[in-house]
Amino acid sequence: MTPVQQELLIATGKVLVFVGVFLGLFSGMTYVERRLLAFMQFRLGPNRVGPFGLLQPVADGIKLFFKEEVMPEGANKWAFMAAPALAIVTAFLAIAVVPYGPTVHLFNRDIPLQIADLDVGVLFLFAISSLGVYGIVMAGWAANNKYTLLGGLRSSAQMFSYELSLGMSWVGAIILAGSFRISDIVASQAGWFIPNWNFFRQAPGFLVYLVAATAEVNRTPFDLPEAETELVAGFHTEYSSMRFALLQMAEYVNMMTVAAVGTSLFFGGWLAPVPGLQHVFGRDIGLLWFLLKMGAGLFFFIWLRGTVPRFRYDQLMNFGWKVLLPLATLNILGTAAWIAFSK
Amino acid sequence: MLPNYVPILILGAVALGFSVFTLVLSHLLGRPRPTAAKSEVYECGMPPIGTARERFPIKFYLVCMIFILFDVDAAFFYPWALVFRELGVFGFVEMLVFVGLLGSGFVYAWKVGALDW
Repeated sequence: MTPVQQELLIATGKVLVFVGVFLGLFSGMTYVERRLLAFMQFRLGPNRVGPFGLLQPVADGIKLFFKEEVMPEGANKWAFMAAPALAIVTAFLAIAVVPYGPTVHLFNRDIPLQIADLDVGVLFLFAISSLGVYGIVMAGWAANNKYTLLGGLRSSAQMFSYELSLGMSWVGAIILAGSFRISDIVASQAGWFIPNWNFFRQAPGFLVYLVAATAEVNRTPFDLPEAETELVAGFHTEYSSMRFALLQMAEYVNMMTVAAVGTSLFFGGWLAPVPGLQHVFGRDIGLLWFLLKMGAGLFFFIWLRGTVPRFRYDQLMNFGWKVLLPLATLNILGTAAWIAFSK
Repeated sequence: MLPNYVPILILGAVALGFSVFTLVLSHLLGRPRPTAAKSEVYECGMPPIGTARERFPIKFYLVCMIFILFDVDAAFFYPWALVFRELGVFGFVEMLVFVGLLGSGFVYAWKVGALDW
């Protein structure tokens, strides 16, 4: 094989592995979320299928495959069918630029645990996160249902409002690292976790990121598009079968991406919190550190859902524009002033 | 070396292939048998009133327009942040001017009530 063919093969293999891992994480996540939420509410949760209910996601998947697809009357057929695919493709594109671990040595080659180490990584994320809204708006509009339309519109307005803050929350981290490349931002946080992690150096930025990212992936307390007491199930009311599952999957993949990006930008990515713990028995355990941090982030989302009530829509919009956006700007200026005047 | 964006294209193709595969498979396995009642639009069990292709509040358009304005500005922060260490105090003052101009527009939008719901 020519070198180009080899590279193509490796890239394809890597993509397949990452997509598979994320799908596996998604099904695991649905189980863990239901189970943890149940514990938080003094229930048991799914515990019938397999040991401890562990096979519940498999059962759900099989069930969803065999469910009948319903196309509501007067729906725009093609937009209705394309929306879930669009949602899942944009969700998956964002996982490409995150470095998940150190370079591994496999088949006599050095393979970085990252699909594409773009030099404009952060910018790419900013662009892709905007695309996510298309799937939702399309799904909401295509169904010809008032609830889904309102859910889709609400969702788009919410994502627009919080995306600004999201995009500005990591500018401080870019200033500190002097690079858009996410692996550089991770490298800039090497060493002891206090004070080197951006979580400490960029505390206001992290706060903005946390809020904006939660709103961006439509999780409680910002799950207004799905406010079931007023909008039934929001933009996916009319979806059934695998189309529904794909929309759900897109939401979870987005959530995992947000956790992974937060890990990389604010918690030192795959670097150990203490320099001595990076290698155990001479092996680099960066991937484990990454999964640990990302898992903590995902647990936080579930915890949040079990704890806090939902915002009202006007509160949500006011908070996004009048509190979060000024805070994000002040954080950038503060970081800039610190850098400019400290040397 | 492959261009950096090729793996992303592959990722997009794989994701698209996956979604098409699942959609087709589920279409074949769970065959739709539509009836008049089943394909009615869901409005909490009531017969639907009119269509959803109606006018909706202008607020949403307004938010979109403000978003586009400020999003372009947010994108301007990026290259500035990248070279900030070289620009130093000069870059900081420049950005203060920029944020001042941007902020006056923001305050205007706030005062005329474009941000109120």
